[in-house]
Amino acid sequence: MTAQPTPISPIFGRFTLDALPLHEPIIVGTFAAVAIGGLAVLALITRFKLWGWLWNEWFTSVDHKKIGIMYMVLGLVMFLRGFADAIMMRLQQVWAFNGSEGYLNAHHYDQVFTAHGVIMIFFVAMPFVTGLMNYVVPLQIGARDVSFPFLNNFSFWMTTAGAVLVMMSLFVGEFAQTGWLAYPPLSGIAYSPATGVDYYIWALQIAGVGTTLSGINLIATILKMRAPGMTLMKMPVFTWTSLCTNVLIVASFPVLTAVLTLLSLDRYVGTNFFTNDFGGSPMMYVNLIWIWGHPEVYILILPLFGVFSEVTATFSGKKLFGYTSMVYATVVITILSYVVWLHHFFTMGSGASVNSFFGITTMVISIPTGAKLFNWLFTMYRGRIRFELPMMWTVAFMLTFVVGGMTGVLLAVPPADFVLHNSLFLIAHFHNVIIGGVLFGLFAAINFWWPKAFGFRLDPFWGKISFWCWVVGFWLAFMPLYVLGLMGVTRRMRVFDDPSLQIWFAIAALGAVIIAAGIGAMLVQFGVSIWKRDQLRDTTGDPWGGRTLEWSTSSPPPEYNFAFTPVVHSLDAWYDMKTRGHERPLSGYRPIHMPRGTGTGVILSALSLVMGVGLIWYVWWLAGLAFAGILVVAIGHTFNYKRDFHIPAATVETVETGRTRALAAGA
Amino acid sequence: MLSFPRRFRSILRPAAALAALPAMAGCNKMVVLDAAGDVARRQGDLVMISTVLMLLIIVPVMALTIVFAWRYRAANKEARYEPDWDHSTQLELVIWAAPLLIIICLGALTWVGTHLLDPYRAIGRTAPGRPVAATEKPLDIQVVALDWKWLFIYPEQGIATVNELALPTNRPVRFRISASSVMNSFYVPALAGQIYAMPGMETKLHAVLNEPGRYEGFSANYSGAGFSHMRFAVNGLDDAGFAAWARDARQSRNTLDRLAYLRLEQPSENEPHRRFASVEPGLFDAVVNMCVEPGKMCMRDMMAIDARGGLGLAGIHNTRRLSYDKFAARGSNPAPRRGAVTALCEPEAGDGAGSGLAAPVDPSPLLGAGLSRPGERRPGTSDDARRVVAFDPAPPATGKP
Repeated sequence: MTAQPTPISPIFGRFTLDALPLHEPIIVGTFAAVAIGGLAVLALITRFKLWGWLWNEWFTSVDHKKIGIMYMVLGLVMFLRGFADAIMMRLQQVWAFNGSEGYLNAHHYDQVFTAHGVIMIFFVAMPFVTGLMNYVVPLQIGARDVSFPFLNNFSFWMTTAGAVLVMMSLFVGEFAQTGWLAYPPLSGIAYSPATGVDYYIWALQIAGVGTTLSGINLIATILKMRAPGMTLMKMPVFTWTSLCTNVLIVASFPVLTAVLTLLSLDRYVGTNFFTNDFGGSPMMYVNLIWIWGHPEVYILILPLFGVFSEVTATFSGKKLFGYTSMVYATVVITILSYVVWLHHFFTMGSGASVNSFFGITTMVISIPTGAKLFNWLFTMYRGRIRFELPMMWTVAFMLTFVVGGMTGVLLAVPPADFVLHNSLFLIAHFHNVIIGGVLFGLFAAINFWWPKAFGFRLDPFWGKISFWCWVVGFWLAFMPLYVLGLMGVTRRMRVFDDPSLQIWFAIAALGAVIIAAGIGAMLVQFGVSIWKRDQLRDTTGDPWGGRTLEWSTSSPPPEYNFAFTPVVHSLDAWYDMKTRGHERPLSGYRPIHMPRGTGTGVILSALSLVMGVGLIWYVWWLAGLAFAGILVVAIGHTFNYKRDFHIPAATVETVETGRTRALAAGA
Repeated sequence: MLSFPRRFRSILRPAAALAALPAMAGCNKMVVLDAAGDVARRQGDLVMISTVLMLLIIVPVMALTIVFAWRYRAANKEARYEPDWDHSTQLELVIWAAPLLIIICLGALTWVGTHLLDPYRAIGRTAPGRPVAATEKPLDIQVVALDWKWLFIYPEQGIATVNELALPTNRPVRFRISASSVMNSFYVPALAGQIYAMPGMETKLHAVLNEPGRYEGFSANYSGAGFSHMRFAVNGLDDAGFAAWARDARQSRNTLDRLAYLRLEQPSENEPHRRFASVEPGLFDAVVNMCVEPGKMCMRDMMAIDARGGLGLAGIHNTRRLSYDKFAARGSNPAPRRGAVTALCEPEAGDGAGSGLAAPVDPSPLLGAGLSRPGERRPGTSDDARRVVAFDPAPPATGKP
C-alpha cells in the first residue's frame, strides 16, 4: 500500500517495480525456493522429453478420468500452499505474546489468513471434490465419459487459472487483507485500494466459471447417461450425493458471481452497491455472499457423505442400511441448506424472530445429518468390518464429525452465538467439520479409489502413520481453540496481551506440527506406493470386494471405461452381478465412439488468466486484447468439427484380451 | 426459563471446565461461561444447557460407533453377520425421531432464549430475582467503532472517552452502537454477547454489569491493519465510584466537537485512554447519519427526500467531489473518485442543540434545491453548500427502544 496515489501508466497500468515484495525476506525466500523447484521440474520434463506426452495425453485430454486426476493434483499442490499459511499463522499466534509483535506485520499476516481461507475452500476442497466426482461418477453409472467432455477440460483449466492468480499474488503485488469473504466496506476501493481484493475477485470469478460449468456437466451426466436399468433409486449413494452437490453448485455459484460482480463494479466504475455512502448497503453483500456461502459448505461435505456410505458398505461387507432414507436425507439437506444463511450473522442486529427462524432451520439440518450417521452405524452393525485405510478414516470421521456437528448446532442458538461468534470456538467448529468431514472423507476416498485409478494399492504402513498423525494432530490443534473461544478470544488476532493464553496456542501449534508430519507421511505413502507398485498391484479391478459398477472394469479402466455398457438390475449393481454369476463377455466387440481431445480449454483459460492480470493491474489494453482473444478462440472452436473418433473393435479386443489374461494370471 | 437454579449451574460449570481440559490452574478463566454480567451469564448458561442436551445423543452415538467397530471387526467370527440386512422400519423411526426430539427441545429453548436475550430488548432484571422497575431509566452509552479504537459517549453525563468504558454496576445500560468506516463488532465477554458496529447503521445492546472489577472489551470482527490492538478497558464501578469517575472526566481539558471527532477518526493504533469533558450535542446522530463533516447531507435527510420522490435531475448537481470515504486518511489511489451529497441545510459552526433557524447565509433569491444559479460556476467548490439556509439539522433520531 503506497501512501501517495500511484499514477496509472497507459502501458503498465498501476504496475511498478515497487509491486514486487523485494523488501519481504520471507516472500523473497519463498519465491527463490518456488523458482528453483519449478525450474527443476521444467528441466526434468524437458530432459525426459515429456512435454508432448503431457500436452497430448493430459492437458488437452477430455477423458474424465485424467481430468479427475488433474483436479486432485491441483488440489494437492494448493493444499501444501494453504497449509503453509496455516503453519505461519500458528507460529505467529504462539509467538506474539508479552509485547512481541511476532514475525509477521499486519500487512503480511492479514494476507496470510485471507489466503489460507480462500485457498483451502476454493482451490483445495473444491478441486478435490470436483476431481473425485469427475473420476468416479461416470464409472459408477456405467458411462464412457461425461455429457460435455470439452466443457469438462475447460472447467478444469479455468479453476487452474484462478489458482495461478492466487499464487501470483504472492510474488507480484499483494493478496486481499479482508478475511476470506471480503466483506465491504473493508473490501471496497476506499479501504482496500491496492491490488489485493482485485486478485481475490478475479481469481474467484475465473475459477467460478469452471465450477459452475462443471456442475452443469455433472448434472447432465448423472441425469442422462446412466446405464440402462439404473433408475434414480438404483443409483449408488455417491452418485446421489454428487447430483445434489452439483444442483447446489449450479443454484448457488451464480449468486457468488453476481455479488462479486457488484463488488467489482463498486471498485472499478464507482457504483455504490456496497459503499457506506450514496445508499450503498454492505449488509446486502453479507447476505448475498452467505446465500452462496452456506450451500457451499454442503457442496463440500455432501460428496464425502457419499464416500462414507460407499466405504462403510464395502468394508462391512454389507448392504448400506436405509438406502432410501439416506437419499431423502441428502435431498432434504440440499433444500434446507438454502434457508439457513443468516446464521452466519445473527450479530448483525436482526430481530429475535428472524434470528430464531434461522437458528431453528439450522438445527433442523442436523436431523437428516444425524439420520445419515445412524445409517452408517447400522451398516456396520452385523457386518464383517475390515479395517483397511478407507474404513479407518471413516470411523475417525464418525467420531470427529459428531463433535463438530454438536458445536455447530450450539452456534445455531442465537444467544449462544452472540458470545461465541467470530471467536476461536467458531474456528475450531468449522475446522472440526471440514477437516473431520471433508478432508477425512477425501483421504478415505483417495485410499479407496487409488487402486482403481492406478492399478495398485496405496502402501498401508505409511498410510497408517499418516492416519494417526492426522487424527492426533487434529485434536491437539483444534481442541485448544475451543477452549480459547470460551475464554473470549476472537479470530484473526495478530498479537495478544494476556500471557495465560499462550499455552493453548502452543498446544495448537504442536498439533499443527503433527498434522504436518501426517501430510509428510501421506506424500511418502504416495512415493513408496509408486516405488513398490508391483508388490501392491491389483489385477482384479476389484481389490476391496466392491459393490458398484466402477469395480467391474479393469484398474486402471481402459479409455472407454466399459467395453459393453452394463445393464443394471438392482442397487449395488456390481455386487448383484457377482452374486448372480456374471460372466464377462469375451467377444462381439464393436468400435467405440469417443470424444477427441482439444487444446482450446488450455488456450481459453490462459487468455482468461491474462485478462484477469490486465484487470487487476489496470492494464486496460491487455485486458481488452485478451477478452477479444477469448471471443475469437471460443467462436473459432465452434468450427472445429474434429470432435470425435472411433476406437476400432480390434483395439478394444486387444485391450480386453489383455485383461482376460491378467485376470486368469491373478486367479 | 433461562434462569437456572444456582445449584444446577454449579454442577454444569465444573463439567464444562473438565470437558475443556486440564491445565486450567491459575490461568485465564473461561469468561464466556462465567461472566460478570447477567446477560452474558444467561447466554453462557444457554451454551451449557444446549451442550448437555446434545450430549444426550452425541455420547451414545460415539459409544455405539466404538462398540460396533470393535464387535463387528472381521476377525471376530463370533459376531452375527447379516450381509443382506439393510432395512428396519422401527430402527428408521428411532433414528429420525431421536434427533427430532432433541431438536424440538432445543428449538423451543432457542425461540424463548432468542426473544428473552434479544439485544434490542430492554432487560427485565439486573440479576436473578431483581427485576428492573418500569420507571428505571437505563444508562445511555453511545459507542462508535473508529479505526482502530473505540469512542464512548455518555450523553447523560455529557462526557466521552476513548478506549475506556466505565459502567455502574447493577444499573441497566443501553448501548447505541455505530462505526465510522468499516464493520466491527462490539464485544465485552464479561458483560454481554456481541453485536456488529456498522457505519451508517445503529445497533443496540442492553446489558448490565453485576460485579465491580476490571474487564476487557474488543472488536470481534476483523477491521483492517490495526484490528489486533482495538481493545478497551472496561471498568465496573459502584454508583459512588461511577459518579466520581464521571466528575473526574469532566475535569479533562479536552472537548469533543465535530472537528475533534474528525481528527479522532483518522486511523491510529494503540490509542491511550482519553477523556473529553464535553461532547457536542447530536454528534452521535451525525455519526450514524454520516454527516459529521460540514456541508454533507445527512442520510436521514437524503432518505426523506428520496421517500418523497427525490430531487430529480436537480439531485445530480447536488453532489460534490470530496474524499468522504477517507481516501486521504488511508492513503489511496486515484481510482474512482467519489463525491458526497451536499447538505441542503447545514449546521452553523458551533451548532448547539435547538439553535433553531438562523438568518439566511446568502440573501439572494432561492432557485431550487441544489440548482446552480445562472452564470454561476457549477457546484464543486467547498462553499456551494452554504447557499440556502442553515438551521439545526439534527432533531434527535428516535429508534427502537
